[in-house]
Order: sequence, then structure tokens, then C-alpha cells
Amino acid sequence: MEPILKPAGFDGYLVTFGDGLSEAANRAALAFRDAVEAAGIAGVEESATSLVSTYLRFDPLRIGHGEMRVALERLLGEQDWYAAPLPSGRRLWRIPAAFGGAAGPQLAEAAEAAGIGEAAAAEMICATRLRVQTIGFAPGMPYLGVLPEAWDIPRLTDITAAVPAGGLCVAIRQLVLFPNTTPTGWRHVAQTAMRLFQPDTETPFLLRPGDEVEFCAVAPDALAAFAGDPRGGASCEALG
Amino acid sequence: MSRALTVIRAGPGVTVQDLGRPGNLAFGLSRGGAADRLALAEGAALLGQDPGLAVLELAGAGGVFEASEEMRIALTGAPMRATLDGRRLAWHASHLLPAGAPLTIGPAEAGVYGYLSIGGGLDTPARLGSRSTHLVAGLGAPLAGGTTLPAGPDAGGPVGLQIPAEPRFEGGTIRVVASLQTHLFEAADIARFEAETFHRGMRGNRMGVRMEPEGAGFGLSQGLTILSEAIVPGDIQITGDGAPYVLLAECGTTGGYPRIGSVLPADLPRVAQAPPGAALRFRFVGLEEAVKISRVAAAEQNALASKRTALLRDPREMRDLLGYGLISGVTDGRAGEP
Repeated sequence: MEPILKPAGFDGYLVTFGDGLSEAANRAALAFRDAVEAAGIAGVEESATSLVSTYLRFDPLRIGHGEMRVALERLLGEQDWYAAPLPSGRRLWRIPAAFGGAAGPQLAEAAEAAGIGEAAAAEMICATRLRVQTIGFAPGMPYLGVLPEAWDIPRLTDITAAVPAGGLCVAIRQLVLFPNTTPTGWRHVAQTAMRLFQPDTETPFLLRPGDEVEFCAVAPDALAAFAGDPRGGASCEALG
Repeated sequence: MSRALTVIRAGPGVTVQDLGRPGNLAFGLSRGGAADRLALAEGAALLGQDPGLAVLELAGAGGVFEASEEMRIALTGAPMRATLDGRRLAWHASHLLPAGAPLTIGPAEAGVYGYLSIGGGLDTPARLGSRSTHLVAGLGAPLAGGTTLPAGPDAGGPVGLQIPAEPRFEGGTIRVVASLQTHLFEAADIARFEAETFHRGMRGNRMGVRMEPEGAGFGLSQGLTILSEAIVPGDIQITGDGAPYVLLAECGTTGGYPRIGSVLPADLPRVAQAPPGAALRFRFVGLEEAVKISRVAAAEQNALASKRTALLRDPREMRDLLGYGLISGVTDGRAGEP
């Protein structure tokens, strides 16, 4: 679809690249946000991406809605954003995760919903190179995707009262990783030792939108060794 | 001991607030900051200082506070019953708080969020560039009795001034602009949304407040699902049961509920300050009118300092003029100047 530009409340604009989640729409949103930041349009105060859109907040007393629209339309016309390269500065994270058992109490039912066995389910998740599609809901909390089609499983209507911080949960071909203990309808399949939000350090948010992630299965007792490591034993390398 | 304000006793919702932490939306952290940003501007105008300085936000209930040394204070936002040594202190006004004298602030008499500003601002450690407590993100917590808060250096200035506060403490008409899904609602529902009187729900917090409709709820035709998008304070989400929910300072960063409109920033303090049960109505304005309204509001905020006047006092209570700082700045004849 063609990108759609619309005002979002009094002081925002939203550029939407898809009406459903797709890799291309997510890529376009990430690339366009990068371009908005680089363009340095006077009056823009902050920008962010959701799964398929770029949002920006501006000061309408500094730059009018019409003028902002023109600036954004000009930027949109510069290239095919669906085919744009992803922003630079992205990293690849390899994150140790303990699947199933007490570390992932809902792995069995998630695997069943996906129509595969437990071991195959963990293997499939670990074999998929995932992207941080967006960060939201809670500070530093990534939405990771896209998992193979088998994982198009619904969220639970019965909310799990408390998934611990670092919990890895799955639904609708996506994974989320919780910064804090959280009630959720997503199925808790594995546990990591990642501490995604550390407000008092120089890098308060561990992951950035556009980063790539692979999970590596470890034994549950291996996680204890990472307790003192804010990255939870994860490795991080720059993507070219 | 260095300059500090001690919380002797605190109601359940006493937090340190400033104008929040913009710029972290992309990382899932909303701006936060004071629920009523106008009250910060009023406090800053009364004390002649930067509205970005940190203050105490008193949600519904106050507390007892004590200064380590003489301190200028301003009381703004929801009017509360404040007393010093048993004498009533005017709200929407600045005063001198003597060292060691207990300042007692009671529950709100109208509105929801009262503010206690001090000369020089609270100098608690900044986290992610702001001193504001963000309860949802786990940044800071409501203050308990016994907490001592460092105070920043005060450039000084007059006290004993009052300011005409914009009335916003009992609901009223809220101006809104269209939001992302406004066009998806039936025209009749939009008309009903504007015609109906809502009542601020019993539940509400810094994240948002629920508006109880008098009649049926609102919603989109069945089958329409909305992909989660960026949400901001002021957005009016229609929740599962059809009641509008207006997002406030500490809302999330993304949401998938349909939004029927978005409250103008200039009217958001009126929403935040509407006490449970208060009657509110919504009126749509176009973006052009919204800009005009916001320009007027910004100009009024900039002119706040020029609207300060000397507090009229009951002579029977003027036992100690110096103690109340009445002499220092107010009588130089320039107190009303910006």
C-alpha cells in the first residue's frame, strides 16, 4: 500500500506504511523515522516507530500543520521506503534463554497451539533471526518478529498474573521480552536474564528499534551465572 | 545541614514532579511529569523562576512539610486547606515558610492535584534527564513521611503574592481535535459524543481518567481491529465497555483502542483536575482553531507573572510582618512587574 500521512492529535503526525504487520512496512517505518531524525525539520520534538508507522510530535506554534505536512510529503517522495535499507547503527544480540519447565511454563501449550513438539518449538524460535520491530508498552520492552507462520497463535483470554522480568512470551508470530514483572495474555515460553531497562546507567535501554536478536537455548541453571550481568549473558555485535 | 524540605507526613499520592522526560517515546517511556502542567507555570510565575524546576505534586491529599531554613513557597493547582502555625494560607499564592514551622496541607477542596513549589525547586537527583516520579516505569515512588528532599539554590524574590488561577477544578467543556480513528465512528455517535454530559469516573490516576457516559457507550462497528500505534496524553480511547478514557501524563506509549478524539494540551489540566463525579462535555474544534487556542494559552502562560498582585491580609493576622516576608519584596512597588 501507499504510505498514509495523517494528523495524530493536536501536535503529532503519523505516517502509516501498512494496515497489517509486515516486514516491509516495519522496515519502511524504521527507515523513515531515521530520515525524519536526520532531516532536522524545525519544530519536530520527538519521533518513534510503532510496528508499521512512524510517529512524530512537533510544536504547531512553531511550524504549522500544513507546512509540516508538506515537509513530510517531500521526505516521503524521496525514495521507496519499503525497499529502503534499515537504519545504520543496528546491533545483533545473541541472548541466552532457558526454554520450558519452570523457566517457560507455557512452552508446552504454546507448542501445541503451533502444532509442533516442545523441543521443536524451542528450536524453531532459536533458529529465527528476529528484529526489534518496535519498543513499547513498557520502557525498553521489545516486540520481536517475525516468527514462522506456525506461530500465528492467539493471545490468551485468561491473563497470566505475573511473568517475571526477562520472561520471553509468544503470540501472533511475535515475541515480547518483559523489562519488569508483568501480567500478560502472551504465553511464557522461556526465561532470560536480560535487564532491558536500567534507568541509572549510561544505556538505560538495552535494545533499540531495528536491532536483531537470536535466542540461544541454555539450561535453566545456566541463567544464574548471568545474574550480575545486566545484559544477561547476551553478546552484542554491530551489524554492517 | 543543607537546604532541604522534609516530608513529615504525606498523603498517598505525594510525588516529585517537573515537566517530565520527553524524547523517550521510541523506547517505550512516556513523557510523564506533572498532571497539571499549568500549575507548574503558575508556581514558577509566583516565585519568579523556571517552570521546569521540580515541585511536589499532591494527589488529592496533602501532608505536613517542614523547611530546614526559611524558604519561599508557592501553592498552586487544586486548592487545598493549607495552614502554618494554625493560620490559614491563601492558595494560588506565594508565602514565606519559616525554618522548622510545620506547613500542614489538607485534602483538596476542589480539583485533584495540588502543587507545592519551593524557591530554587527540589534538587533530587535527575534520572533520564528529569526529577519527575514515573510510577508506571518504576522511576521514583510516592513519598513517605520522614523523607528529606534537597532544595536547589533560590535566587530570592518577593512573596505574599497571589495569582488569578484559571478555573479548571470542576470539569467543564473540553476542546478536542480529531484523532486517528475519529472518522471511523458513525456521524451520529460523534454528534452524541459532543451532545452528552460525561461524569469523571471514580477511578483515575496519573495514567488517565475514565469518563462515564450517561447513555450507551461508544464504539466502532464490529470486526474493526486497530493495530497498536503511538498514544500520547490527551488521546481519548474508547475502551472495551464503550466508556471514553482520557490519557494523562503517565500513559503508555502505544495502544490499540480506537481513539475518538484528542484533548487540546491547553484543556488537559481541566481534565486532570476534574474530581470524581464532575460533569464534562467535549467539543470538536478544527486544527486551525486549535492552534489559535494554543497560542492564546501560551501567551497567557507567558503573562502569568504580570498578573501577580499583593495578597490582601486580615490585619488581625499580621502579627509578624517580617516573619511572613511581607516587607521584603512586595512593598518595593515593583512586585507586579513581570
